[in-house]
Order: sequence, then C-alpha cells, then structure tokens
Amino acid sequence: MKNEAILEKWSGKVATVTIGALKQEGGSRRSVIKAGGEEALPFLFREGSIANKPVIAFEVWDIYPSDWPSCLLGAYGDALKDPLRWAKKCTEEYGAQLICLKLQGAHPDLGNKKPEDSASLVKEMLKTVDVPLVILGCGDDAKDNALLPACSEAAKGERCLIGDALQDNYKTLAAAVLADGHSIIAESPIDVNIAKQLNILISDMNLPLERIVINPTIGALGYGLEYAYSIMERARLAALAGDKTLAMPFICFVGQESWRAKEARVSMAEFPAWGQEGPRGIGWEAVTAAALLQAGADLLVMRHPEAIGKIRNYIERLFGRQGCL
Amino acid sequence: MFIIGELINGMYANVARAIKAKDKSLVQACALEQLKAGADALDVNCGPASRQPASDIRWLVETIQEVTDAPLALDSSKPEVILSGLESSRNKVIINSTTADKEKLDKLVPLAKKYNAKLIGLAISSKGIPQSKDQRLELAAEIVASCAEQGFSAEDLYLDPIIMPINVAQSQLRQILEVIREFKIISEPSPKTVIGLSNVSQGASRRGLINRTFLVMATAFGLDAAILDPKDKELMDALISAELVLNKQIYCDSYLDAYRKK
Repeated sequence: MKNEAILEKWSGKVATVTIGALKQEGGSRRSVIKAGGEEALPFLFREGSIANKPVIAFEVWDIYPSDWPSCLLGAYGDALKDPLRWAKKCTEEYGAQLICLKLQGAHPDLGNKKPEDSASLVKEMLKTVDVPLVILGCGDDAKDNALLPACSEAAKGERCLIGDALQDNYKTLAAAVLADGHSIIAESPIDVNIAKQLNILISDMNLPLERIVINPTIGALGYGLEYAYSIMERARLAALAGDKTLAMPFICFVGQESWRAKEARVSMAEFPAWGQEGPRGIGWEAVTAAALLQAGADLLVMRHPEAIGKIRNYIERLFGRQGCL
Repeated sequence: MFIIGELINGMYANVARAIKAKDKSLVQACALEQLKAGADALDVNCGPASRQPASDIRWLVETIQEVTDAPLALDSSKPEVILSGLESSRNKVIINSTTADKEKLDKLVPLAKKYNAKLIGLAISSKGIPQSKDQRLELAAEIVASCAEQGFSAEDLYLDPIIMPINVAQSQLRQILEVIREFKIISEPSPKTVIGLSNVSQGASRRGLINRTFLVMATAFGLDAAILDPKDKELMDALISAELVLNKQIYCDSYLDAYRKK
C-alpha cells in the first residue's frame, strides 16, 4: 500500500511586507525585499505557497562596536570605524541584500548623537548602498522618539523598515512611519498576547497591517530559544488559521542575541574543552538562526559573514528540495 | 463560529414591507449592517406572508448581491423557492434547508451538488419534531447517509438538531447540546453543525440572556455555525469570549476589536 502524506490545509496567509522602493516607485533602491507571504508552515512547500525566501540583513552600527568579540571584529576589520564603509563591505564583499543600520551611538550612554546627525547618516547610507534599509533606534524610548522621526523623514519614500515600536511607546514612531511611507517593527517581549495587542494598537493609527513586521524577541541557543520558537509557532499557526492581526512576517535579531551568549564569546584559554572561540561563535549564531527559520522567521539580522554564508546555503538547500518537502 | 445573520426575513415587519414595496435600500442596509457586525453569511427568507416567494427570493438575492459577495443562506421549506434563489445567485450559497424526508433529500441534495452549495439538514421529518437524542441522531444519520449515497461531501453539510424553546421543552435542551457533539461522529469526515439560535428563547422573557447563554454552551459542545442576530452586541461579545476560552483565538487586551477586524 502506498503511504499518502497527510497535508494540512490553511485558510490564512501571512502578509507580504515590501522593504525598499525602486526609482520608479519614488525611492532609489536597485532591488527590493519581499518578506512574508507564506501560506504554510516553514518549508512545508506541499501544504501551501511559500513565495519568498527568508532574507538576512547585515547589522551595521553608527559607532564602533567595541563590545563585539574579536572574531566578529576581525571579520570586518577597519571598516567598523566608518558605518558607510562597513555597509559597503557588506554589500560588495559579502553580497548583502539588506542592511540593518542600528543607531546605537544615539543612546544617551553611548555617545548621545543628535537626531539630525543620525538623520544625515541615514541619508548618506542611502547614497552609499543601493539595497533596502532597516533602521533601528538606540533603545532609549525618549531618545528614539526624537531620533526615529528625524531618520524616517530623511529616508522618506525609500520604504524602509523602522523600529522598534513597543506596547508603551509606539505612537510617535507609527505616526512618522505612516507619514513617510515606511513600515514598522512591532516588538513584544516573547509574548504572543502583547504581539497581537500591539499590532492592533498600531493598526488603529491607520497603519495597514501589511506594513507591520513582528519582532517576537528571541533568545539564542541555550538562552530561551525554545520559548521564542513556541511563541512564534503559536502566532504563525493563528495567522495561517486566519488571524490577520498576527499574520505578519517575523524579524529576528539573531546576531545580537547569539553573540551575547557566553558560549559564543569566551576564549578557549578560559574553557579549553569548548574549542576555538571563533568557529564556536559562528556556529552559535548559525544554529540559532537555523532554528528560528524553522519557527517561521522571515528576516534575520545577523553579524558574522561566515554564519550568514552557512544560513544562506541552508535556505537555498531547503528551497532546492521544494518537491520533496 | 460561522455566523449566518438572520435579519433578512419577511417575518419581520420592516423586511416584509420592503419586499412588498421593492425597497432595495432597506434590504441592502440590513445586509451590510449584519456583515459589519460580524456575520459571515446572510440568511434570506421571504417570510410567511409572501404570496410569490419564488420571485420574492429572486428579488432579495439580486438586491443583496448588488452590495456584497457574502454567501447567502436561501431559507425556505419549498424546494421550488430554493431553486429560484439558486438560479439568481452569483454569490456562494447555502441551502436552508432539507429535512430528513426522502423526497426532500432527493430534490435538494442534487441541487446542492449542481450549484456547488452547502446544505443545512434539519433533524426533523414529516413524522414530527424529534423528542429524544436518539431520534435526532437517527434523523441526522439518514441525512448523512443520503448525502453519501448521492456523492455530496459531509464537510459541506450542516446538521441542525432543531432547537426547542426553553419554555416548551426545557428538558430537551441538555440533550440538544450533547447531540451537537455526537453529530460530529456520524461520519468521517465529520458533518458540520448549525443551530437557529433564537428559537431557544421564543416566547420567553430575557431572550437576549437566554440566547447568549445557550450559544456559549453550544460553542463549548463544538458547534460550527449559528443563525443569529449579529447586531446583538452582547451576544457577539459572549461568543467571541467563548471562542477565546476554547483557545480558538489568541488572547489580547483588545480581543473583541481584534475579532471584529478579521
């Protein structure tokens, strides 16, 4: 007897969020990114259409990332001293399709750069690279409320993805993003109820659900990865069952979380049994990313070019097997 | 829950007048208001006073289709009226309804197949209203068997256990709830279940409270669809909350708004 695969039928679909605007669309990007659009769980191609491959964004900071471990610093070298050179290295040397500019230096404790300086950096960045941009604030609510609207305006018409909006601080950013034609990242603390609530609050400000990307907040391997996975899975199952208020693509900050893990950072001198720290950290980032892809991640923000290479390869191989999965 | 709005029914005086005067705007407003309030489909019934139900239902269907493409539940006990509605429908259609009588099933199941319609089957026959759970199951099984013989998928069949008013047959309501669950195991794949909710409170006081209490309980017993007044906000809020308790929707503080945004 022939065994027949039992295939799930879904009625819902994840919204497709477009990042970047081409010249003819009023922007200046050479390419655009489409995130989301799934009609099935990750890589289950026979259960529904999966129109877009997950995309990896290279993380670029506006200041030198002095707390990054040496293995990461070594991968980019001197370019880390200049965000424009850094971004160019990502696109030209490593073929980045998407740059995630983190305005860390605007944080009151980390340089306190002025909003207008950050806005002009965004303008310069848009001239320097021609791939779409994700723009992140510094994480200080008050500062971000001054910083992000300025950057949003500076990038008007380029259809960037800007974040993060939080449950108790979303109005300023949502208004700016709405006015300037961008999309927004809605962040919730590994909590599907808050993710849903925040999406509703943002859409109540007239930003369409198709312009929201969920940052579910993740933990790296060994630091709550399974918990993040289960929250993402729950949200995605609801989306596929028809809940439009959770049917958004996910963005996962893999690099940031993975390279915080002790296991990714400490040297072999300290823990000889753990082996070389470089390959260990790269592995930590890649494994975290691979697991999150299986949870439904659409956008991964990553750091090490080698980890990114491994994950690109992983995505290509899975998509190459569409007929079998 | 699949919600079929019950308000376009000639039993209501305003709708009866609109049918008589061919007042499109009242019917269309009634359709749109129900959809806005959360209806997934609209019941269409010319009412007992209609002298030409076959042409009246056609007019109703055409009038409603001008403003929405939501599914329509063509509600009549007369197959020729249903046929007239089917012929004029561009929207998806639910036939409301057949009984367990062979002559009805032999007419309406082929029509449902031909017009790619869903079908509501009432657990009732010309012998009268069932008085026990077993009688309801038996009648439902006859409908399911007839559909299977005629090649109509059980997934497109909605079985109605026939709700009795609480002040008429109080002792039956518990069994009716139980039979909603048991209908699902008559066949594989399962037939769906539906109730005409307002019957439960017919002639009683506190109708709204009785309706929403029964609907919440029926939801817990696995009910798939209900014909009801979607403009009854307290009823809809109770239903949405019941689905939340049953983990059919994900909670958030604005869960009532979230449901209505869907």
